[in-house]
Amino acid sequence: MVEALQAALLAAIPEARLTTQRGGAELVLHTPREGLLALMLRLRDTPGLEFAQCMDICGVDWPERSERFEVVYNLLSLTLNQRLRVIVPASETTPVPSVAAIWPAATWFERETWDMYGVVFEGLTDMRRLLTDYGFEGHPLRKDFPLSGHIELRYDEERKQVVYEPVKLTQDFRSFDFLSPWEAMTTLPGDEKIHLNRVEGPKP
Amino acid sequence: MSVTTTQLTTNTVQVDSHTINFGPQHPAAHGVLRLILEMKGEVVERADPHIGLLHRGTEKLIEHKTYLQALPYFDRLDYVSPMCMEHAFAIATERLLGIEGDIPERAQYIRVLFSEITRILNHLLNVTTYALDCGAITPALWGFEQREHLLEMYEQVSGSHYHANYFRPGGVAKDLPAGMEARIAGWCEQFPAFIDKLEGLLTNNRIFKQRTVDIGVMTAEQAIEWGFSGPCLRASGLAWDLRRSQPYDVYDRMEFDIPVGRHGDCYDRYLVRIAEMRQSLRIIAQCLAQMRPGPVKVLDNKITPPKRGAMKRSMEALIHHFKLYTEGYHVPEGSTYSVVEAPKGEFGVYLVADGGNKPYRCKIRAPGYAHLQAMEVLSKGHMLADAVAIIGSLDIVFGEIDR
Repeated sequence: MVEALQAALLAAIPEARLTTQRGGAELVLHTPREGLLALMLRLRDTPGLEFAQCMDICGVDWPERSERFEVVYNLLSLTLNQRLRVIVPASETTPVPSVAAIWPAATWFERETWDMYGVVFEGLTDMRRLLTDYGFEGHPLRKDFPLSGHIELRYDEERKQVVYEPVKLTQDFRSFDFLSPWEAMTTLPGDEKIHLNRVEGPKP
Repeated sequence: MSVTTTQLTTNTVQVDSHTINFGPQHPAAHGVLRLILEMKGEVVERADPHIGLLHRGTEKLIEHKTYLQALPYFDRLDYVSPMCMEHAFAIATERLLGIEGDIPERAQYIRVLFSEITRILNHLLNVTTYALDCGAITPALWGFEQREHLLEMYEQVSGSHYHANYFRPGGVAKDLPAGMEARIAGWCEQFPAFIDKLEGLLTNNRIFKQRTVDIGVMTAEQAIEWGFSGPCLRASGLAWDLRRSQPYDVYDRMEFDIPVGRHGDCYDRYLVRIAEMRQSLRIIAQCLAQMRPGPVKVLDNKITPPKRGAMKRSMEALIHHFKLYTEGYHVPEGSTYSVVEAPKGEFGVYLVADGGNKPYRCKIRAPGYAHLQAMEVLSKGHMLADAVAIIGSLDIVFGEIDR
């Protein structure tokens, strides 16, 4: 099934950079930001591809990369029963073209990606935050955003209103590191000492 | 007669355009929806849903938990159909672990069985509260009694009424207790009569039809471009069901029909849900007939915990147990977008693993999210009271929309 889609994709879009996930069960198309709209239009309208539905758009943060974000589009073709994942790199400053004109369903997904990661979508008419509070600052799903957040709110009995305050934790946030040599690790801690102190004998 | 005497009088009636703040505390908002309605008289001009009032940062929390600890969060997404949410995450994790072929048959049957029980559970709540929105109280009173029977089954298998945490990567938490299959079969016998009674109250009810027929019409083209799925897509005339087109677990062995609507209005969405309940019953009966005793989780103790008894005797089992509940298992690098046909539509989990014991990224694709987004298209030009009917027919639950 995936092979058929792969062939159709390469026939329609010869320059497509395709990879697979899960041993070939899922197809991923990597593309730069430039020409994204034209590509998406072709994916939607070319017979043999027909990705009429955009089921999901989300961001992924990879802080160590030069362009730290990935915008991931999960497309679905109802007529051909195929799925395709399109991945576009982005950074805080480089806007990604909005696909809301191609699939109106993309509007909220793009708003959410902006809210959660701070990825800017060019051409998106509605750039309000979606899931976070009114007046929220920051992008909570970024890897450098703390799990506990920065502000908390409570009802103040004296002032008879809800007040925002910096987060106060009565106990420090504890993140236990359970990673240990349990078959997941190939080199055990301490192994390096052997290599350090080893006196290399004469080569035979 | 002269022309000059003819006076043209124009009578302009000024109808104020005003905004209504619908919710977030409104019984018909189905949770914490804040809907800003721009009205022209009593006609809706614009509808702008403000969501996120129930945002709990589930995706962020999951990034800080092991795969096993992340699972209970899924119960709390769509809290009226918890097990279907777990199913999506369990399948995604299994696929990344590469064990999706090793899941024991009995576990697959149990998962399908309880997915369908969950579907009935969800549709019962939706249909009856929807009737409540449209002014009928009795269906809700009847429906909740049936729901209680189903929730008791939940409790018997998992120990919990709602937040079951029952489906696990690698199977289910434990086998069905003795006598469970007979109990489900017994419940199934009386349920068709209940659906008939429920339909007797609503399907040909003049008031109910006046509130729902031709309200909130979604054409097939619109439904596709707005990312609809599940009953809402089928009500618009597309026979698309992930259980049939992209089957998971043992759905490929099940015989069932896909009910399809014709008009895509609120009434069709109601009819599709009623018909789906009957189909779910068929699937439950087939599961009960085909199920055989056997293991209910993969035997690899790196992924599923060892038996309690083994832990008392075997050092290996004890180590496995300890490591599983502290460090958890490592999932090889990769990503997957795995979907299930949840009662509300396509529920997807985009899971990115970096080789560690915690998900690197877990995006939850909720069906209700896409449905609510189309609120403006659906309610434009309708009366205020119709907006309530439309929200009800979309089957909105904020746990999954706000995440």
